[in-house]
Amino acid sequence: MSGQQDILKNDLRPDLARIAQWIEPGSRVLDLGCGDGTLLEALRDERQVIGAGVEIDDDRVIACVRRGVNVIQQNLEGGLALFDDKQFDTAVLSQTLQSMHRTEHILREMTRVAHQAIVSFPNFGYWRYGLTILSGTMPVSGQMPYQWYNTPNIHLCTLRDFETLAQDLGMKILERATFNEGREIGVLPGWRSTLAVYRITAA
Amino acid sequence: MSASSLRVGPNSADVTYSSAAVDRGSVGVITPSILRFDTPLALASGQTLDAYELAVETYGTLNDTASNAVLICHALNASHHVAGIAAHDPKDVGWWDNMVGPGKALDTDRFFVIGINNLGSCFGSTGPASINPVTGSPWGAAFPVLTVEDWVHAQARVADHFGIEKFAAVMGGSLGGMQALSWAIECPERVENCIVIASTPRLSAQNIGFNEVARRAIITDPDFHGGDYYAHNTVPSRGLSVARMIGHITYQSDDDMAEKFGRNQRAPGADGAWRYGYDVEFEVESYLRYQGEKFSRYFDANTYLLITRALDYFDPARSTGGDLARAFADAQANFMLVSFSTDWRFPPERSRELVRALLKSGRPVSYAEIDAPHGHDAFLLTDSRYHAVIGGYFDRIALSLGLGARHRSGGGMA
Repeated sequence: MSGQQDILKNDLRPDLARIAQWIEPGSRVLDLGCGDGTLLEALRDERQVIGAGVEIDDDRVIACVRRGVNVIQQNLEGGLALFDDKQFDTAVLSQTLQSMHRTEHILREMTRVAHQAIVSFPNFGYWRYGLTILSGTMPVSGQMPYQWYNTPNIHLCTLRDFETLAQDLGMKILERATFNEGREIGVLPGWRSTLAVYRITAA
Repeated sequence: MSASSLRVGPNSADVTYSSAAVDRGSVGVITPSILRFDTPLALASGQTLDAYELAVETYGTLNDTASNAVLICHALNASHHVAGIAAHDPKDVGWWDNMVGPGKALDTDRFFVIGINNLGSCFGSTGPASINPVTGSPWGAAFPVLTVEDWVHAQARVADHFGIEKFAAVMGGSLGGMQALSWAIECPERVENCIVIASTPRLSAQNIGFNEVARRAIITDPDFHGGDYYAHNTVPSRGLSVARMIGHITYQSDDDMAEKFGRNQRAPGADGAWRYGYDVEFEVESYLRYQGEKFSRYFDANTYLLITRALDYFDPARSTGGDLARAFADAQANFMLVSFSTDWRFPPERSRELVRALLKSGRPVSYAEIDAPHGHDAFLLTDSRYHAVIGGYFDRIALSLGLGARHRSGGGMA
């Protein structure tokens, strides 16, 4: 698929490139915590996606506006009341779930406003993290570069934890992709991956 | 239609607003023109205005395809004098001079910017103080009540005059934002981008309440004479002054006033003793009285009534059964909205309501909620985040129209 090639050519992070592959060309995408708008810009330019982002940080909002990415400045914790049911084809929450207070609420809201939700988060089940804890300290890594006392990551989980929650919320997992240092992990992802990306629907 | 030079009265309408000194990003000394329109204008009220004049200023150069035009709509007490230094008064700097100029957020090196004094106002455009050609005396109370939509239709003829089929952007704050919204609804094919700052889709009961208090202050002033005070050689200056004092309170945040004035006494007695009277005791009283009195010397009371009523009537969802999203059904513009966290006159919730409706109607929309301490007035003040959002948005417009990059960076831009 040429779109896929182009997106990879754009030096999009591998997890974002995978997210892009799960998004239909020309569809409507809501990117929650859209940062500087990199993903939405790539989706617009390479896949003709009609996008909207939600971001709270002033500088990132300005960056989005400068890219011509539609952005709405809002705190995600307040929910997605601005958006109607199924207003989007896809809602994306990239590496933000672990820092949200209301984990279940945002997942429900995503599947309310969009036909499918794409969620990525750091895999706390990565074997090195376990080893670090066994050796007596909390893990600090490129994926989670924080000390225990200043981390925004308050809801860390493993792949199995997330899959259990999705099941409890009555959601269906359509696809999963796992990564470590930008490489896709196929074997023993629960142990070997540092980042997981899921595609889910409201069953 | 003819354009001629204009002498306007003192238009230091916004000394408290446009505190920005003239800087390298100024459009320079500006002389307004008067455009006359002789085709009757049908009004929302059912009345018709046979002819009217509008005071207009422009900055920058209209390109060959007339694609780089931006219309600035003004709020209650401002005018066509958006930027630069008034030719008749070097101290009269435009009310949005920190936003509009070479290298500024709205960059006049690339855009052609138009400011229009609204119909019914009192800075050179036809209004209640103008001579009614039928009677040969000032219109006074006979001047028709106008709506935001009427203003848009009157302004559209200015666009025709310049040969502008479609504005690159229509932009305004507060009541100006309502006009921008109305442009996108009334003339959908003529607005590429709609920039709406510190505005609202309709006034709340509280907003109307404040307007009504202001109007009663004017109307019950014995010098008002039913609106025909020109004939009596009087001005309802006490009422107008009180109206302005009320307005001023609603433009500022509680914190902002606390910081500016606190409970400071104006001229306390020995050891800070109260004066035990009803003259000015606190600084805030002195400030409000000063602002009110100054305002009443240059603003027309009938215009104040007319404009506050236009504010009250604005409600584009009225014709769609209260469904704001449906009100935008025919709009074609891209939208950029900005609100300010401490604005309690038109709070962020009103802008979010607009965002929700625009999303629902499928319009591309961006929204910035600026955390600023200055209340409603923040839209006129310099704030690097606010100006970076607007500047960034105009840079995108310039890119899409092939207007090139900035030549320079002026005041207010980060």
